[in-house]
Amino acid sequence: MGEKDTMLEIKNLHAKINGREILKGLDLTIRTGEVHSIMGPNGSGKSTLAQVLAGRESYEVTAGEVLYRGKNLLEMSPEERACEGVFLAFQYPVEIPGVNNTYFLKAAVNAVRKYRGQEELDAMDFLALMRSKMKLLDMDEGLLNRSVNEGFSGGEKKRNEIFHMAVLQPALAILDETDSGLDIDAMKIVANGVNALRSPDRAMLVVTHYQRLLNYIVPDFVHVLVDGRIVRSGGKDLALELEAQGYAGIEGEAAQLAKV
Amino acid sequence: MTETATRNDSKALDGFLQSFTSLEPTWSKNGQAWLQPIRRAAIARLKAIGFPTVHDEDWRFTNLSPFVTTAFQPAAAASVDAASLTPWALDGCNCTRLVFVNGRFALGLSTLSALPAGVRAGSLAQTLTGDRAALESHLARHEDFQNEAFSALNTAFLTDGAFVSVPRGTVVETPIHVLYVTVPESAAIATHPRTLVVTGEDSQVSVVEDFVSLGDGAHLSNAVTELVVGAGSVVGHYLIQRENRQAFHVSTLRGQQARGSSLTSHTVLLGGALTRRNIHPVLAGEGGECLINGLFMGNDRQHMDNYMKVEHASPRCESRQVYKGILDGQSHGVFHGRIIVHKDAQKTDAKQTNMNLLLSEDAQIDTKPQLEIYADDVKCTHGATVGQIDEEAIFYLRSRGLSDASARALLLCAFAGDMLQRMKIEPVRRHLERLVTQWVPQGNLLEGLR
Repeated sequence: MGEKDTMLEIKNLHAKINGREILKGLDLTIRTGEVHSIMGPNGSGKSTLAQVLAGRESYEVTAGEVLYRGKNLLEMSPEERACEGVFLAFQYPVEIPGVNNTYFLKAAVNAVRKYRGQEELDAMDFLALMRSKMKLLDMDEGLLNRSVNEGFSGGEKKRNEIFHMAVLQPALAILDETDSGLDIDAMKIVANGVNALRSPDRAMLVVTHYQRLLNYIVPDFVHVLVDGRIVRSGGKDLALELEAQGYAGIEGEAAQLAKV
Repeated sequence: MTETATRNDSKALDGFLQSFTSLEPTWSKNGQAWLQPIRRAAIARLKAIGFPTVHDEDWRFTNLSPFVTTAFQPAAAASVDAASLTPWALDGCNCTRLVFVNGRFALGLSTLSALPAGVRAGSLAQTLTGDRAALESHLARHEDFQNEAFSALNTAFLTDGAFVSVPRGTVVETPIHVLYVTVPESAAIATHPRTLVVTGEDSQVSVVEDFVSLGDGAHLSNAVTELVVGAGSVVGHYLIQRENRQAFHVSTLRGQQARGSSLTSHTVLLGGALTRRNIHPVLAGEGGECLINGLFMGNDRQHMDNYMKVEHASPRCESRQVYKGILDGQSHGVFHGRIIVHKDAQKTDAKQTNMNLLLSEDAQIDTKPQLEIYADDVKCTHGATVGQIDEEAIFYLRSRGLSDASARALLLCAFAGDMLQRMKIEPVRRHLERLVTQWVPQGNLLEGLR
């Protein structure tokens, strides 16, 4: 095995929303094939990072750069990012009345294929693709014929996000607190779906508050985000350590570091 | 601000009074003398009450100044070739089509497909002359021309329009498409189409009224439709307004519903400069129901006023109003929903919903529910919303690969979509889906996606 390619390189990223700085100089490198987890207390900037990477316009990047497969990610529109293979599983998937889930997904798949110069999938091919991924996530066919996320339970919404991911087959998947509010059975299903997508060609960034999800999606690297910066990085054991100690200790350390 | 016209100063009214004086002698010669007292009563009432102003509660959101300061000429006959009507066809619908050009029935442009025995669908003018008995007990018996200026105007100039009659127990499966075409001239012209639909007990029919203009130029379409809905019968009515952007359009749907009947009304407003759409069903018999759906989509300086007057006059009737507006540019929409529950109309179940999307800073909506309840055992609810496109949803769609324009088009079509889904006649629904998609900015992007 040669040296792995760099998928994502974040350097000194600063971002603010409504005039308040949330990310304060974040550095992170993710190579192809790796699964990284970002953990941290509430308000540390985990979700901001996920949203900034997906191109949310309400966040303003004030400094730093993000290279995705060598390209300047921050210059791309959200849809270009998606077409280039970036996927965000939302912490709060949006309900869209009147837009059929299957129709939306087909539109998304074909928008991406068109961007890549591939032929669009016809109804039959698309149906076959859907069927193969439905099994993976134990999706109820009923959810596919309903409006996007409308009236879905919390667990159904999260499962639908991972289902979209499975159909879209991104190169870089960002999961924003996909575990929050899931019972253990739902979490196992979601984790199975995610694990099935792990591959040497793909990288993942799993944002979570709790260590529990990482029992099922075992990361290669764990980073701790406190007050807009990564204060510690380590292997999967770091998550267990955090679980035992809580964030209080590490927040104290970070405060000490900031003073120095 | 445009100055508000007063009743005493109306070029429009003067013009109509003059036209009436010059046209009346020609009408009395053609076997329609029996209508003369009605026409005369109507013009006298119009002269007495004048056109409404914003000081009238029912017109407070619609300033008629541009209308009353225009002198309209009676529309002369115009010839139209069949090819120029192709864009207005209801594709996929092998139906009877009645075409009226400048208010006159055009037999050569109409398609009279086979209808079940006893069903009549044709020109009101022919019936006025040849079969007074078929009309006399219905025509101008329901719509109130004593107090409604535009209905008085229509009744004074009542000469032609569509007449549909369905005998007891008969089901007409394909819709009857009534195409009202105006060919504008250099001077503003007026037409006053009158439609009468009479259904026998336990029958079924759907009528699509479609208003178009061939070319630019100001004109007035002042239409009145009376639906006399027989006991237990099921009537569907569609109105599509896609006249040119200089047109004034006032149309009134007056339903008279007998016991256990069902009326479904769909209105889609897309065209015109100033549109006033009145829907006035009277649930006169026990256990009737009416569903009133509407979609209005305005742009530039278009004005679209939707005025509902749903009268519950008998017990155990149900009414549902669902209106949706999408307004862009400097357009102005109005939803004024009156529900009147008369004293004896116990167990009334009435519901009204109006939802609006404003796409620009300058677009405006006035929405006003007005419930007048004189019975004590009723269920009446109303609700209205005004909002913008959900930017969270736009970001969500874009983050999965859809372009910004496609995402916006998709959300607009979704908003309008449930109004279209309620339309039971497939060719009409598909036709309107196309019209809505064409209206939506970048709506063509969706065609590849479907």
